[in-house]
Amino acid sequence: MKQSKRTPIALLVMALVGLWLFISAPSGVTMINISTDSDIFKLPDFALNVALICGLAVAVQIAGLLVSGYLVLAKNHKTPRWVVIMFAVALVAEILIGLFAGKTMTFTSLLQGSLALAVPLIFGSLAGVLSERVGVVNIAIEGQLLAGAFVSALVTSLSHNLLAGLIGAMIAGALVAWVLAVFAIKYVVDQIIVGVVLNVLVVGLTNFIFSTLMVSNLPLYDQPDRYSNILIPVLGQIPVLGPVLFNQTLIVYLMYIAVGVVYFVLFKTRWGLRVRAVGEYPKAADTVGINVFRTRYISVMIGGALAGLGGSFFTLGQVGAFGKEMTNGAGYIALAALIFGRWNPIYAAFAALLFGFAENLQYGLAIIGSSVPSEFLLMLPYALTVVAVAGLVGKVTGPAASGKAYIKS
Amino acid sequence: MKLELRGITKRFGAMVANDNVNLVAQPGEIHCLLGENGAGKSTLMNVLYGLYQADGGEILIDDKVVKFSGPGDAMAAGIGMVHQHFMLIPVFTVAENVMLGHEPTKFGGILDMAAARAKVREVSAKFGFEIDPDAIVGELPVGVQQRVEIIKALIGNAEVLIFDEPTAVLTPQETDELMAIMKQLREAGTAIVFITHKLREVQEVADKITVLRLGKVVGEADPKSTANELASMMVGRAVDLDVEKAPATPGKPTFKVEGLSAWSHSGAKVLDDINFEIHEGEILVIAGVQGNGQTELTEAIIGMHGKTAGSIQLDGRELIGKNVKQVLDLGVGFVPEDRTEDGLVAEFTIAENLMLDRSDRKPFAKGLNINLAYLKKFALEKLNQFDVRAQGIESKAAQLSGGNQQKVVLARELSRELRLFVASQPTRGLDVGSIEFVHEQIVATRDSGIPVLIVATELDEATQLGDRIAVMYKGKIVGIVPSNTPRATLGQMMAGISA
Repeated sequence: MKQSKRTPIALLVMALVGLWLFISAPSGVTMINISTDSDIFKLPDFALNVALICGLAVAVQIAGLLVSGYLVLAKNHKTPRWVVIMFAVALVAEILIGLFAGKTMTFTSLLQGSLALAVPLIFGSLAGVLSERVGVVNIAIEGQLLAGAFVSALVTSLSHNLLAGLIGAMIAGALVAWVLAVFAIKYVVDQIIVGVVLNVLVVGLTNFIFSTLMVSNLPLYDQPDRYSNILIPVLGQIPVLGPVLFNQTLIVYLMYIAVGVVYFVLFKTRWGLRVRAVGEYPKAADTVGINVFRTRYISVMIGGALAGLGGSFFTLGQVGAFGKEMTNGAGYIALAALIFGRWNPIYAAFAALLFGFAENLQYGLAIIGSSVPSEFLLMLPYALTVVAVAGLVGKVTGPAASGKAYIKS
Repeated sequence: MKLELRGITKRFGAMVANDNVNLVAQPGEIHCLLGENGAGKSTLMNVLYGLYQADGGEILIDDKVVKFSGPGDAMAAGIGMVHQHFMLIPVFTVAENVMLGHEPTKFGGILDMAAARAKVREVSAKFGFEIDPDAIVGELPVGVQQRVEIIKALIGNAEVLIFDEPTAVLTPQETDELMAIMKQLREAGTAIVFITHKLREVQEVADKITVLRLGKVVGEADPKSTANELASMMVGRAVDLDVEKAPATPGKPTFKVEGLSAWSHSGAKVLDDINFEIHEGEILVIAGVQGNGQTELTEAIIGMHGKTAGSIQLDGRELIGKNVKQVLDLGVGFVPEDRTEDGLVAEFTIAENLMLDRSDRKPFAKGLNINLAYLKKFALEKLNQFDVRAQGIESKAAQLSGGNQQKVVLARELSRELRLFVASQPTRGLDVGSIEFVHEQIVATRDSGIPVLIVATELDEATQLGDRIAVMYKGKIVGIVPSNTPRATLGQMMAGISA
């Protein structure tokens, strides 16, 4: 069978972007700051020559492109994964160094911000994984996040109990998921339409209660406590990554656990095998005595609860108050991360991190005042993602029965 | 273990699918359940397997009444089923598929894959299957997938095994191997219920035959009955299974396919250098197991396939590069393999379906309108001529039986000036009466001096209908042979071994 020329073409497009960045890169140096006050040992700031680094990066990209082109066109081989990874690392390094030319890049805070933006995305994509793996398309992640954000703020403000807020958020997310499940499973309504309608419904509902109730007495209804960061000893003091990963709120630690647990449960346990079977071929599951409907309800609702938890991060983990439509499309990005991550919790989490990084980069550059227009920066990560998904991920096939209602004859 | 069905009745709305059906399966015995498509065989087995709830009657195991509220109960009682459409998950491994529903686990519901693999190896060794428990099911050949399905049915220590139309997807060799497996199971003391409409298979393995017609048991047949006797019981009147046709009197080769190749969306080669020609007044049958490029071949001929290369010539004119309408206008009649999906618009009336291909021209078109008076006259005439049983020309196509739907398609496709007739699996899923009618029409078309191309997946149909047979395997033509070629040779060709 002939190898698809997709990968070399995608690499060519991206290498052209890299080349253009190299040509247009200003001369000078980029200062890199990679240490924080709490580190065990401090690493000094260092300077990188922009032209040199960009030139090296472009050279790596061109080498990768040539290897890929040679293998695919002349040898009819696949492009090895390490070539693609090296190419991507070189391109990202070039973009970073080039954009921060003449400025100081505080690497740690860049990553911290990325993780913060990625947390709800990761919870959202886990909700998507659990839902789609069992055969229900979950467009309502956005609504589940928003419901979680709203309820956690309200409950915590009223009860002054953060844990109650978290539980409330999970119940809210699960409830939205339950409505999706009832319409999708019991009433066999088109799942995309139900999902979109639910998102609109939750926006309307939260806006309505916010405007009519919360605004009348913000200190009572919308001033929840916030989780403070917990520094994990030793791990939190590792240079660069320590403060990023291990000086975080409880919700973030729950996220780490959730990713691992969802992966383990889906691929290593009986329940996970059954969930995947139902999402691939419900009739086959039915004929071996698995209750298709119950499995679907449970998995979709657990997903909803996780998305609700992710929503609470907006209020209890970050802002400290609920604001209208504060999820701002995160649910849809989570959906993209889920597909980019091929319906695998761990890959989806990394995809979500990538999106978080891209979004944060634009904030970081806006603050230091980069010469590149911020609109362009806003677009770049998503444009590259489209090329990467089309060219590198290849044909992604989700669960075969996702989006299809099971009708028992 | 003895299994008995007593007075089973199952209704779907007003339709009675099973009417007071009795059946006994004894250990060490192969009990054939014979009936036409739609006779209620699969419904009965779904009742037995707990997938449907019966409206009347009872199921007895060793003379004790049991109740199955789902397949889980049936499996627990020792009943296994090999489904017509495999109940296997293509992206799962063999071990994962086999253990689904009764997974061996370690503490906390963690899957014990080692135990599952061992179990697959154990059962597969017992029957001489060589199956790798870690193979991905979707990547296995169909015959091997069926063995996985059999292992899956046996793994719960099933004592009664139901085979629901198991040979539909198999090559003749694979069918022979399946028959051997069934006999082996019988020796081991398993009670087997074998559902089929293929008489040859019944004659080979049956110890007992129960014939089902329109949901009712019409009687038991002697395993030594002839095919025509069995068919007559199945249909309820005397049937002659042989296609009556005079020897072909071929004229000039007016239809030629040269070096035809085609590729799928994903770039895989689905047709590989196809060459053949058909003479006027001759039927060429394309035989082969479904999915070996037959669909793509017919699509390429009528201009429905995307990427093609090579040449297809009718009366010296090139068809490649022409769209469907242009091809049809050159005098090509086409019966697609899926009549409800591609042959008819289900929600349209019979009359509308009859003029789908020429609603834009006279006499059907009158200016911008449709000439309803002419359409009515035309439709009534065709209804009569093709013996379509319907309430009237305003009935929706969806309301017709399969046989009558196919007659509507034939009526439309045969009422043009034809220079070539192509039909893909024209009798699939039809009752015996309709099959006879379709065969007559095809032979009559040939006798009017038109080259005819038929795609057949059943060997009997291929040998009876064809003047010559071209066997396809993996997108290639293995060989073109006369229709009196021995069955065994054709079977080998269907597995890719050229004669």
